[in-house]
This record gives sequence, C-alpha cells and structure tokens, in this order.
Amino acid sequence: MAVELDVFVGNTTIMDEEVYQLWLDGYTVNDAVKVRMEGGVMEECEASADVLLSDTMDQYRTFQMCERLLHSPSKLANQLLFQIPPNRQAMLIERYYAFDDAFVREVLGKKLSKGTKKDLDDIGAKTGVTLKSCRRQFDNFKRVFKVVEELKGPLVENIPPIMRLLLISGIMLPLFFFANHRFETGKRKLQYLTFQDFAFCAGQLISNWTVGAVDNMVEDMDVDLDKEFLQELKELKVLITDKDLLDQHKSLVCTALRGKTKAFNEMEANFKNLSRGLVNIAAKLTNTKDVRDFFIDLVEKFIEPCRSDRWTAADMRLYLTHYNNSAHILDTFKHQAVWDRYMVVIKSCIFKMYHD
Amino acid sequence: MPGKLKVKIVAGRHLPVMDRASDLTDAFVEVKFGNTTFKTDVFPKSLNPQWNSEWFKFEVDDEDLQDEPLQVTVLDHDTYSANDAIGKVYIDIDPLLCSEAASVISGWFPIYDTIHGIRGEINVLVKVELFNDLNRFRQSSCGVKFFCTTSIPRCYRAAMVHGFVEELVVNEDPEYQWIDRIRSPRASNEARQRLISLMSGELQRKIGLKVLEMGGNAVVGYLQCFDLEGESGLVVRAIGTACTLDKLSSGSAPNTNTHIALPTTSSSPPPFSPSKPCSRQSSSSDTDLSLTPKTGKNTWPHPPLPFSSLPSPSPHCGEFPFFTLTSFPPGFLLHVGGVVSARSVKLLDRIHNPALGNTRSYKLLDWNSVTADEPETRDAWWEEIRQEIKSHAKALGCHGVVGYSESTSICEEVCILSASGTAAILNPRWCVLFARFEEPSPPSCGFCHIPYDELNMPFPAQLTYCYHCRRQKVPDVLFTTINLPQEAAVTGKGCLIQARLCRLKKKAQGEVNATAISNLLPFMEYELHTQLMNKLKLRSMNALFGLHIQISVGENMLLGLASATGVYLTALPAPGGIQIAGKTPGDLSNEHHILTIQKRINDTIAKNKELYQINPPELTEEVVGSPIPEPRQRSRLFRSHSESSDELSELDLSHGKKDAFVLEIDDTDAVEDIHSLLTDAPTPTGFYSCNTEIMPGIYSWTSGVQMFTSVRVFRLSNANLTNQGLNKIFTDLCENLGCVLKDFYFKLRSMIPCCLCQLNFAVAVPEEELIQVAVTAVAMTFDKDQAQEKPADNETEEQLQFPMELCADASSANTQPSSKISGTASVDYGSFADRCSTWLELLRLKAHTIRRGSVKTSRRTQSLGRSRSLRSNRSFRGSPVTVVKMTPLSFLPGTRIIKYLGIINMFFIRETTSLREEGGVSGFLHTFIAEVFAMVRAHVAALGGNAVVSYSMKECMLMENPNKNQAQCLINVSGDAVICVRETDQEPNPSMANIGQTCASGTDGAT
Repeated sequence: MAVELDVFVGNTTIMDEEVYQLWLDGYTVNDAVKVRMEGGVMEECEASADVLLSDTMDQYRTFQMCERLLHSPSKLANQLLFQIPPNRQAMLIERYYAFDDAFVREVLGKKLSKGTKKDLDDIGAKTGVTLKSCRRQFDNFKRVFKVVEELKGPLVENIPPIMRLLLISGIMLPLFFFANHRFETGKRKLQYLTFQDFAFCAGQLISNWTVGAVDNMVEDMDVDLDKEFLQELKELKVLITDKDLLDQHKSLVCTALRGKTKAFNEMEANFKNLSRGLVNIAAKLTNTKDVRDFFIDLVEKFIEPCRSDRWTAADMRLYLTHYNNSAHILDTFKHQAVWDRYMVVIKSCIFKMYHD
Repeated sequence: MPGKLKVKIVAGRHLPVMDRASDLTDAFVEVKFGNTTFKTDVFPKSLNPQWNSEWFKFEVDDEDLQDEPLQVTVLDHDTYSANDAIGKVYIDIDPLLCSEAASVISGWFPIYDTIHGIRGEINVLVKVELFNDLNRFRQSSCGVKFFCTTSIPRCYRAAMVHGFVEELVVNEDPEYQWIDRIRSPRASNEARQRLISLMSGELQRKIGLKVLEMGGNAVVGYLQCFDLEGESGLVVRAIGTACTLDKLSSGSAPNTNTHIALPTTSSSPPPFSPSKPCSRQSSSSDTDLSLTPKTGKNTWPHPPLPFSSLPSPSPHCGEFPFFTLTSFPPGFLLHVGGVVSARSVKLLDRIHNPALGNTRSYKLLDWNSVTADEPETRDAWWEEIRQEIKSHAKALGCHGVVGYSESTSICEEVCILSASGTAAILNPRWCVLFARFEEPSPPSCGFCHIPYDELNMPFPAQLTYCYHCRRQKVPDVLFTTINLPQEAAVTGKGCLIQARLCRLKKKAQGEVNATAISNLLPFMEYELHTQLMNKLKLRSMNALFGLHIQISVGENMLLGLASATGVYLTALPAPGGIQIAGKTPGDLSNEHHILTIQKRINDTIAKNKELYQINPPELTEEVVGSPIPEPRQRSRLFRSHSESSDELSELDLSHGKKDAFVLEIDDTDAVEDIHSLLTDAPTPTGFYSCNTEIMPGIYSWTSGVQMFTSVRVFRLSNANLTNQGLNKIFTDLCENLGCVLKDFYFKLRSMIPCCLCQLNFAVAVPEEELIQVAVTAVAMTFDKDQAQEKPADNETEEQLQFPMELCADASSANTQPSSKISGTASVDYGSFADRCSTWLELLRLKAHTIRRGSVKTSRRTQSLGRSRSLRSNRSFRGSPVTVVKMTPLSFLPGTRIIKYLGIINMFFIRETTSLREEGGVSGFLHTFIAEVFAMVRAHVAALGGNAVVSYSMKECMLMENPNKNQAQCLINVSGDAVICVRETDQEPNPSMANIGQTCASGTDGAT
C-alpha cells in the first residue's frame, strides 16, 4: 500500500525551526530526514521514520510556498494565504536572509553579475555550502542590493524596515559597504582573513570615515566615505616628506618603546618604511582605485613586514599606540584631528587583521 | 423592491503581472449581482490599484438577496484582445440580511481563480439597506438565523425547540452539460461554483420559510450537503433544527461551559419570538418550492394561503421529531435509548427523471427548468429512511431522535443513503411536540436510564440498577451519536475508538451492483459493531459518544469506518474482560498460544485502565440486589437497510445466544481480528484524542488551539485483488489509518499536553485502487495539573495569552483601553459594531505606536489620526491582517462568544493542468487547502469576526490524472463566523483583534 498523497494544513501554519534551517541549508528531503533522525527527535516523540518523512515533506512544501513571499518581506506581513504569528514571521525572514560566513567571504567585493552566479558551483565546492543555499544567499544579496540601489538618499533610512533590521543587526551592512566600494578581498594575500575580520573593519570604516560618522547620527548614516576627510588626509604626507618631522617622530617612538619589547631592534630599523607605508595609504585614498586596494595595501605595506620580523600581536599594539600618540607631541604637526580620525581606524583594522 | 445592495471597490494589492512587457497590470473590476453588472475604471499599470469606486447600487428583491451571491471579477484590460480574467470573489451577503448579524462586509478578499488559485487581494465594501416588507405573500425568509453549531449558540437562550426542518433542491450539474465540451475548464468550474452558491442560497431561503411557518426564528445544527450524482444531477440538501432563540444580554452571558440559561417558564406556552415579524403564511408543498425559474420570481405561481394561527406544530415537525443537535441544555434529555440508523441503497437512474430522455441531446433543453420533478424522488428516498429511523426509535420506546445526521456515498450510479441518530426521550418543556408528560428535573444519571419497558425489551439486554441513583435500570453498554451530556458523571478520561473495515465486492452494474452492496451492508455493520464493542471492552469503558459510522462505496470495495469516543459512565456497570477460547481445546501448542494472547489482552486492559485513569469505586453487587450474571453483548445499534426494491430486512446484531466476550480463535480471520485489536497504535504520553466536542474527563482547557485538515490517499498495490489479498489490505489500511493519528501527534508535539477534539474522519474510494482519508480536527491544550478533577466553578486559570503566540507584541496594549467601555450589561448589538470598531481602531493605533518604537521608523509611518474612520483605515495597503481562529467545536476555550455574524458556507473548485509543476498532487492539494482556509478567514474578517466555530469540511473530492498532468478538487466548508472575547475580559480583546501588524509605511519590499 503506497501513500499517493499526504498533506497536513493547519490554520496557523506549522513550522519547525529545525526543518526550516535544513531547508535553508539546501538539504534534500531524504537528507533532512536523516539529520532529524540522528537528532533524536524520534525517540523523543515515539515517531517512526515514515512519520518523520511525511512531516518533513509537509514542511518543505510549506516553505516552498512561502519562499515567494519571503522574496519581498513586507508581503509576508499582509498576505492572507498563511496565518503566521509575527514572531514566526520575523524568524522566517531573519533566517532566510542569513548568510554563511564562508559564503560571504567568497562573494565579498565581487561584482554582482551573472558571471559570479556561474561561479556559485565553485564557491559551493570550496566552502562546503550546498549549491541551493549558495543560490539563495546570492539571490538575496542581489535582491537587497537592487532595492538599495534604486533608493535615493541616505541608505539606511530609506530601505524597508525589515531590510533595515537586517542591515543593522546582521552582515548586510558590511556586505553593502564592500560591494559599494568594491574593496579587493579576493587576492591570495588576503585569503587568510575571515569574513568576520572584514565585517569588523567595515564597521570601523563606516563609523569613523563616512559622512554620517561626523554627525554621530546612526540614523542618517551613509556608506559613502567622507570626501572632505579623504582630501584632508593628503596633508598627513608631511610626516614623511619633512625629514625633521620624520626623525623626530621616530626618536619619540623609539624612546617610548625602548626596553619594552624584544622586537625593538626591528622596529627601530623599519620605522621609516612602516611610517611611509601608512601615510602613503592615507594620501592615496582620494582615488577610488586605491580605496579598493585599501586592505591589500595594509597587508603589503605593514602587516607583512611586521610578520616577517616576527612581531607579536602585543608588539603590534604597543608600536601602533605609541606611533599614534607620539605624533601629537610633534609641535610642527598641525593635523592632529585628521590624524586621529585616520589612525583610530587603521589601528583597529590592523589589530583585527594581524593574526599571530 | 425590498432591498438595496451597495458595493464599493476600494483597492487591490499583490495582483499578478498580466502584461509581460511592462511587468504590470491594467486592472478593472466587474461587480455583478443577479443580471446587473457595474464596472470600475481601469487603473493602469499597477499591481496595487486604488480604484476607490463610487457606490454601485443594486435594487433587488430580498428573495434574490438570499439566493444570489455577489460576484466580483477582477480583469486585466487589453486594448487589442479580449480582457483577461484575473480572478473572482464570491461574497455571500446573507449575513447582512439579519439585523442581529453583521452590518457591513468590509475587508481584503483573496482573488480566486479556479485554475491559478489565489492571485492577489481586493478590498471590497458591501452594505445592504432592507426595506420593511409587509408583503405577507413573500417568498423570502430574511431574518432567520442559521447556525452550523449543533448546540444552542452561546449567547442565546432557547425559548422553544420546534423540531426538524429539511429541504433539498436539485439541478443538473454544469460539468455534465453539453456545453461543457466546448467551454474552457475555467468557465465550467465557475458555472458550477456559481450554481452551487445559488442553490445553497435558495435552499437556505426555503428552510427559512419553513422555520417561519413553524414559528421559529433560527435554525440550529444546520447541515448542508452536496450530492454530486454525475449525469443524473446535483442535489443540495440540508437538515436542521428549528428553534426560537432569545438573545441573552451580554452581561448575563453564560460562560463557555454552560450552554444556555435554563428557561424560566415551564408549563405555560413558550413565548413566541416577537423579534421578527414572522410571515404568517404556509409554505407551499415541497414540489412547489422547487426550482422556480429565476425570471418568474415576481409572479407567484402558487399563491400561498394566509395562515393565521400562532405556532401550531407543522406536519413536518410532528412527522419527524428529529434534532440535529448533539449538545443540549441540562435536563433536556430525559432518557437515551441508543443509536438508531438506517441505510438504503439506491440506483441513480434517469428513470426518475422522465423529463429527460436517454440521449444526451435532450439536455440541450434549458437545464434550469427541466428537473422540476426530481426533488420528489429524492425527497421520497429520504422520507423513507426517516420513517425507518422513527420506527426504530419507537421500538426503543423513544419519541425523539437526537444527534441526527444524514449522509450519502455515491459511486457511479449507486448511492448509499444513510441516516443515524440517537433515540431519546426529551423534556417536554422545550418542545411543543411532547406535551404529554411532565417530569421534575431528572438526576444527572437520568439519561442513562432505559426508556423502554423492561419486560418488553426491543433486544436482549442486560439491565442493572443504576450505579448512581440505584433506583432505575440502566443497560450495561450505551452507544450514542451525541456529545457527552454536561451533567453526566464519568470516571477517568475518554478516548477515541475506531473500527475499520474493508470488504471486496465484485464489479457490477446497475441492479446487480446495488443488490451486492445491500447484501454486504449488514455484515459490515455487524463487524464494525463487534470491533467497537471489543475495543470498548479492551479499554474498560462502557459507553460510546459521538458514534459516527461511515460506509463508503467504491467500484470494487466497500469501506467502513466507525469512530466514537469511549468513556466510562459512572452510572453504568463496569465492563467485564475479554476471554479467548480456542476451538480445539486438546491442542497443546494452540492452548499455549491462546494463553499468550489472553495474557496480552489482560495486560492491555490493565494498562488502559491506568492510562485513562479508570478506577471506579468498587461496588459489591449485593448492594444492588441484582447480581450481574454472565455479561452478554447486545446491541444498541438498530439498523436496517433497504435497497431500491424497497425490500426491508432487519438484522439482530446481538450475536444471538453466543457469549460475546468470548472471542473464539478458530480460523486465521479471528487471529487477524485479535491482532488488529491489540495493534492499535498507542497514543504518546501527553496526547489524548476524541471525536466529541471535548474530551470527557478533561476540564481545564487552556487557550492553545490549532485546527488542521489532513488528507491522505493510499494506493492499493495489489493489481488483482483476491480474497487472500483482502486480509493484507485490511491490516495495511488499519495500520495506515492509525499512522495518520501518529503523524498528528508528532506534528503537534509542541502543544503537549493536548487533546485532539472533534476528530472527524471521512473515507472515500475515489478510484478503483485508491482510498482517500480526510481528517479535520482541532488540537487544544489543557492544564495537566488540573485535568484530574472537575472544577467546581467553570473558571479555569487563564494564563495563556489568547491567540497563542500570535499576539506577541500587541498583548501589552490590552490593559489600558479596557477601562474605556465598561458597564456592558445593556449593550445593544446594533451599536455594538460601531463601538467595536472604534475599539479596534484604538488598538491599531496603539499597536502602531509600539511597533514604531521598536524599529525606530520615524518618517513614513502612517499618521493614523484618531479621527480617521475604521473603514478608510481598513483599506490601507499596509493594514494588519486580522487573526482568525478556526475550530470544529462550538466554542473556543478561554473565550466567550459575544456575537454570531452569520453562517459561512463556501464551495470551491480548483483545477490544474500543470500538476507536476505545482509539486504533484500533494503540492496541489496543500496549496488548495491553504487557499480555502485563507478565503474563509478573509470572509470572517470582512464580517468583523475573529473566529469560526463549528467549522467543518463537508466535502473534499479529489480527481487526478497524473498522466495528463491534470487534477481537479472540490472542497465544501462551513461554519459560524463569530466575534469572541477572552473570558476574563468584559470587552473585545485587543490582542486578538489585530495581530500581525507591521509598519504601515508603504514599503513593498524588494519586489
């Protein structure tokens, strides 16, 4: 006796969070049943494999019917087909628009085009995320991006509330930020960095270098970098072009560091190189192309030399702190405010990016 | 010209893309009522059109108002080709015709297409202005209230119960008309939907007339069914109980556990409802009332005679003292005799329809008028069955039949008509029918006492003195079709008991087929009965409530399914055990085998006793004075069947002289029987199930409610079914049916402890090797700790927020405004709707504030001024979706129904020609059922309600043809739309009124 048809429909739509996650992760029905069996839900409820299969099928069908609505979250709230409690709706949307770190790391900074979609297979193979899940995440990314692109005015304020929640709480904002500025993240030298590293850096950049950052108003925040500030950064060049200033800065830093670290000799020897590297990055940021290379520059000009000299993370912290503070003591250096605004981001980014 | 119907089309949303080029739609709306059609302007290039039309006014007869549905069609304008239909909404305006029900219909309706399903939503506003009609010859019955609920509705008091009303109308099925060969499936489906809607309206109107004639003002337990007889036509029939209901003022409304307040008058003639000017006219005869052509409405072909007497019992009422109610006010039932049932096998032959010839071409005739004499045939069939039921009841010494229902099962040209009920003696206080004797309020055990004469018993029965009052005799087992009376004392908890049966029959045609079926029926009933009895004993119980026996006929098999809720009635004697006996006592191995089985049975009984907490007080039989001799099984089940030839046969189900408790193992069949007896899937801990309204023995219901519908189709694998294969199929089927329950337990595990109530199984044999099982039930949570004892008063601990978790963020809004309107004792319901709406408005405002705060939207939130009316507010695109709860029960636990808004009776057809693309049959049906729920909810919400009670799915007929990638499904649902409030609150509860709100700001997401 074969079961030809088997449906179960509740007035309040029944959704199991666990099954939803399995569906999102791209498991087939049979695989999902296996996972659930291993999870021990059967023993808990004295159910058989058949029951589990039937339940999983029902839920998968429900999710598939829901998916169309999830593509435009505001529809989910006033559609009539499913009666879903608000907290459930929120859960559905939140999970649907969630990203796998591994996946995002791969997509980060890539141009959103059809080409990338073809690469989803590769990404899936590389990260272990199922193709179905990759496609969902990618489509979500494009969907949200499209909405945002079509909006005028400050980004955060104009996007739909649900998207906004995603932005503020989740990883959408860094993702946007990276896509917006097309930061280079795919180079081999950057492979060691995780999405979390980048997300942190993006947060730093957004909260310190964007237009909204100055007003200290999160609501009006924009993801475009503050053009004026970038222009002002050129003034910092004095720190390396003025020979006296450079020497003075070096001696101040060296005095402060002497005896405090094993890597002192290397620090002293490399000071001019490192300082030049950081200041040059600052000076070039007016070019959009150089903005793109921001992270690769940080790694090449600063992190790599330090790593080859075997600095510890503590060394790095110590050095950058004194490097930043000493500049304030230089009496001929007038651009203290710009310097701080620049260095606060550089410091935290490098701390985050410097893995022992 | 007694009525003016006004319709306004406000807006649409989420429309489908009709123009591929622009990805947009140029939508307009046609509003049709009767033969009048209005159109809105085209709203170009939008998926969310705002028509904001003028008021379309239809001036119509109230007769038409009752019969016709309002038809709203959304179309896509096309300059060069024909306009494409997007979908339709049928709105039943009946609720607006009753002054006490809804006053306006306003809300978002899903736009439904029979091919594509729901395609967007439309906001419609409907009002009716009724003129006072003094025409005493009128054919309409506006103002008669209809209730699906099979008990006296919660906010009413029964002044008088008049009795049985029935009616049927017949028409030709559009699906079988000649024109169906050339028209599109969509047109055909729509014609069918419209026809059925029309016929339902007409049926309701005619029943209403009968009620007015009897002097009543309402129909309770209204049960309407369709018989799709195929070529021979379409029958819509309905039965119900006519009552005179008085509205209770809201202040004195009883809480959920009491059905109605006891009437104060007893012997004086019951008050005749003055609320409606009842038309004092007789109904014309059945035939006269049958389908009159629509055009002839204004001329009265059969002028009825003026009829001047006050409530004189009509002949119908006297003829069949039947009641479709299943729950009664305390004291209503004096004694209950037992189940009475009758079945009859009929051939659906065109002989009954002489107006039609044998050839198809005759059907070219106007099908609206030719079938005029058909109702007579069908009426005669039912009349015959009712007479039989009546005589059975008489044999049991009873005057009335309660819990009465009728059903059919059709396969090709064979039709089994079934009727069943519970014979009973009723308290004459309520009924004009039984004015013969008067009795003081009976003791709580009264209904168990035998109504028949002890010396002249209709069947061999074992009587003892009542274990409760010790004065009267009671039987040892009691079977009924009603709910457990409220006053009944039970020991422990009840449980669902099912008997399942499958019998092969030879494929045959016509008369031979009918004879074969009618020959099989008695054996099936016998076996079902035996199974029920054994299972009852196995659970150590002594009474069945809500017994429902369904026999479905297929081409090569008959399927029997009996469901009931078993309980241990304290007043009845304890059941004996079950003994196994072998046929060949000498055989040692066999004896050993028997011993093992006996042990298993005894263990099961012991386990069940513990599970259902059945520990009756030990009573020595000496006290009773009548030692209980060897118990014998007997039947409360009176049945007979007759076939078309009117041959009547009676069968004694009492097993003759055989001792029923001894199961003999003499062949493999018996082993199978015992096996199946023991292999009923055990319910997991924390779960209970029953098919009555509530579970006997559980009193502390909390407010978690989940109504569901589940449909399964099994395909029998054996291509050539032999009798050897029968046993296999039989066991398989039983296991699978058991599995259905297991599935429910698993899916609803988050609600534990909970109980599945009003489990309604419907089996059908849609095709040769297919068996379809459709289940509708409600899962309700209860408080485990309080489950043991019956609370003294009915106040249950109300700790759950009412609409489950649905009210997450609105619940905080429910405290402040409750002081706004107090002192509701004298609320008149006319103005109530208005109050209610301002109230909802207030809440909505509050909810918005809350929401706004939480997500910090500052700019584009809708400014909902206090002055804004509810109507305009509702029409906003972002307006919240009202949560509508549905339940097959007559109440929602933890809530009080404050208003009945009218009956919901909807019929939908869905068809697809891309079955695979829609996820196969399962995907297709899943979507359809979800859509049906959505449409029911939308209609209830538009009436201003927040719940559907007494919901049921009467029909779910699925036809598939996977090879052609096609499927079609018909669903008929019904229920009562209500407004309910939390029991603890005096006023409409905010949290249930609007949940699911989000920011109203016009954000359409990432479309």
